[in-house]
Amino acid sequence: MVLTGKDRELVAAIQGGLPLVAKPYAAIATQLGLSEDEVMLRLQVLQSAGLIKRMGVVVRHRALGYNANAMVVWDIEDADVERIGGLLAGESCVTLCYQRPRRLPTWRYNLFCMIHGRKRSSVLLRLEQIIACHGLEDVPHSVLFSGRDFKQRGARYVEQDGSLETARSAHG
Amino acid sequence: MDGSIAILDTPAELTALEKCLLNEYQRGFPLCSSPFQALAEQQGVTEDVVIETLTSLQQRGLISRVGPVFAPRRAGASTLAALSVPENRMQGVADFVSSFSEVNHNYEREHSYNLWFVVTAADEEHVQQVLDAIQDSTGLPLLNLPLERSFYIDLGFPLWC
Repeated sequence: MVLTGKDRELVAAIQGGLPLVAKPYAAIATQLGLSEDEVMLRLQVLQSAGLIKRMGVVVRHRALGYNANAMVVWDIEDADVERIGGLLAGESCVTLCYQRPRRLPTWRYNLFCMIHGRKRSSVLLRLEQIIACHGLEDVPHSVLFSGRDFKQRGARYVEQDGSLETARSAHG
Repeated sequence: MDGSIAILDTPAELTALEKCLLNEYQRGFPLCSSPFQALAEQQGVTEDVVIETLTSLQQRGLISRVGPVFAPRRAGASTLAALSVPENRMQGVADFVSSFSEVNHNYEREHSYNLWFVVTAADEEHVQQVLDAIQDSTGLPLLNLPLERSFYIDLGFPLWC
């Protein structure tokens, strides 16, 4: 969809979060010179268009103790990638599930998913459950736990001046 | 899922209301004039308590915000790349990779490919230039693993699942 000038102002106003007051949409509306109904309607449109994926509480999982993070990579037959990708993506504990190219002979894995947990042991236990649940015992896979974080820059969707970013990472 | 995992994974310092607000309102936040009142009615508490609890969670750094999560933009180009770095060179190579403004996430993983980073730029040629520069300067084996297909639908971050 094409964003109107007002949409950009709206996105810029809410990307840092709604004000935690009784009537947050009215507060945003006052700030932008819109009506409360207009703000709610445009937010509904932005969600329907898929530009806003979800609205709600955005948790900081590391602060909540979710420090164990495993990228699990699988070597899945090409014909089966779609089916298994869909199964893994549907697991409540899987965040992110992507197909990527193999780089033979050094890299055989073509499906990537992420599992977070508060402890390594719980991540591994969940992985075991997923493997058992979906019959993936014979699928070669590797578990890459994360170590030091050298750089993490959260991308903002719209710069403060209202211009759109040219690109944003889709890798998480 | 196994109940024992939920117990292992539940931080004791959170109240039942806090856990509920953290877990159950990551999506579907009401688009109505008084959304916190709507949450309050669902939870059987007052609007003030909901607002105070969310404010406290935010002040304690446990939530970044109550608001929208945007879809990744498809404009531009990006890739996930990995390097195989000898342990004694890790910090130097990591700092070098981080120095590129096109790299927005750079982290260590336990594997022979042990440094993973995301490169984002206006087009694929520019992404490739950054990868070439990193490979040429470090002399290390590099994997370029661009996204081919996403199966993932963002329903929020799973807590105590």
